[in-house]
Amino acid sequence: MSQSISPKMEPLLDVRGVTLQYKTKEHLVTATYRVDFQVFKSDRYVLLGPSGCGKSTLLKAVGGYLAPTEGEIRLKGAVITKPGPDRMMVFQEFDQLMPWKTVRENVVFPLVASGKHAGRAAEDKAMQYIEKVNLVKFANHYPHMLSGGMKQRVAIARGMAMEPDVLLMDEPYAALDALTRRKMQEELLQLWDDTHFTVIFVTHSIPEAIKCGNRILLLSPHPGQVKAELASVPRDPPNADAAKALENRIHDMLFVDEIEEPEEPQHA
Amino acid sequence: MPSKDAMLIVRPEIHHELVGAEAFGVVEKPLSIFERLYNISALRKAAILLMLALAWEIGARLLDNDLLVLAALLTAIGIASRIGTDFLETLTSMFNPLPAIALLPIALIWFGLGNGSLIFVLVHSVLWSVALNTHSGFLAVSNTLRMVGKNYGLGGFAYVAQILIPAAFPSILTGLKIGWAFAWRTLIASELVFGVSSGSGGLGWYIYENKNQLEITNVFAGLFMVIMIGLAVENLIFRYIESRTVRKWGMQH
Ligand SMILES: Nc1ncnc2c1ncn2[C@@H]1O[C@H](COP(=O)(O)OP(=O)(O)OP(=O)(O)O)[C@@H](O)[C@H]1O
Ligand SMILES: [Mg+2]
Repeated sequence: MSQSISPKMEPLLDVRGVTLQYKTKEHLVTATYRVDFQVFKSDRYVLLGPSGCGKSTLLKAVGGYLAPTEGEIRLKGAVITKPGPDRMMVFQEFDQLMPWKTVRENVVFPLVASGKHAGRAAEDKAMQYIEKVNLVKFANHYPHMLSGGMKQRVAIARGMAMEPDVLLMDEPYAALDALTRRKMQEELLQLWDDTHFTVIFVTHSIPEAIKCGNRILLLSPHPGQVKAELASVPRDPPNADAAKALENRIHDMLFVDEIEEPEEPQHA
Repeated sequence: MPSKDAMLIVRPEIHHELVGAEAFGVVEKPLSIFERLYNISALRKAAILLMLALAWEIGARLLDNDLLVLAALLTAIGIASRIGTDFLETLTSMFNPLPAIALLPIALIWFGLGNGSLIFVLVHSVLWSVALNTHSGFLAVSNTLRMVGKNYGLGGFAYVAQILIPAAFPSILTGLKIGWAFAWRTLIASELVFGVSSGSGGLGWYIYENKNQLEITNVFAGLFMVIMIGLAVENLIFRYIESRTVRKWGMQH
């Protein structure tokens, strides 16, 4: 049976009234305005919203790369002030792997650098997660010998091997072709069934949000404000109709007050 | 069978009313005048040149040792990163076009005939190209890679050594290659023109002596050696380093 929320249940991540701003050469740009949300343990939490609404900015703030001008972000009750290995980031860009290290070394490096594991233990932990993303055969390859999808899998393995409090993924599959993307989504769900890690996942594909997430945060266009936080449809038994209905509902909520944007071509 | 998502916490949907644009006042606020002035790099560089001249003057009067002051100043200002960047750029563009050989007369006055002077001009000829390339290599390190390094909790020296230097290695290697070519030319030229290493030998000195004795075959033999050594360093040593590093990593540009 699913648990219900009770007062004593503390959120893992608590974002309260967070306003984020960028200072550029001429302007101060407000990216998000007083955003509130809470992520609980093992959530597959999706940030969904139109391009430019501040999803990446919000994720960077959770990562500790950007200080809120207003409000605060707490992880396990402690205010986030700087980046740290308890929140591992998976970026959208393919150049997030260190080209001078092999796949295995890339996964081992943060384990050792953060002092989490050393020597054999680090190697074993790394190989364990490389196996989970099905890249054992490529463990000794350098990143430039891998395809885009493989690189993203290494980045995910690297993030998960750290067993962080929360894994932060910024459109990790956006640059992949539809087929690979679908495979990776399934792989992610399998990995989750294995370890029940907590993940915050940015996407602007509604089907992807419904498929991968259990909670979906809808953000309004620039500057991003929280429109709603919805529950996704249950995964088993799969219910295509319910998914489709939710997709339409989210679509209507997101694009209620603007001219329709050309949608993501991929509709799984 | 329990659902796969059974352990998740179920909670009600949340809906918010959006506030209008008036509520958050400024979405884009212009920067203050000082912030804008600081953003103009020509202005920052002019300020640096001024400070440099001032420091030179004060340092020379107080300490009577200009080079020391310069080095101290370099490290001090280099710490403040944005100013440090401009500082390095200004210095490099001042000294890089200055042929090392033109510094030899000063070096001879300061260090006398012999290795001291040679080392001084060689350092000058290598330093700027390496500094310039290393620096531009650091600047070109992708933002993603920087964020990855910070994510691991790396900071200070560990961050530079484990992220910036390897990521900038192709540029650093290029700098070393250019620096080596400068240094090799400077070395031969300073022996040839000034006879700096007189007495202790050297290829340039060998060519110089044989020219004086009109031993043209020996002059050619000397030149041939200069070329051969240059080729060997370029094709054996640098090739080897490249094949073990940037080529293997797929990083050469
Ligand atoms: N480095 C920056 N400097 C200044 N403004 C920025 C910077 N990065 C983002 N912005 C601005 O902040 C706002 C939010 O950007 P952000 O990248 O977070 O959007 P996003 O929701 O991730 O969009 P996308 O789906 O296209 O990735 C945008 O208006 C953008 O112009
Ligand atoms: Mg983004």
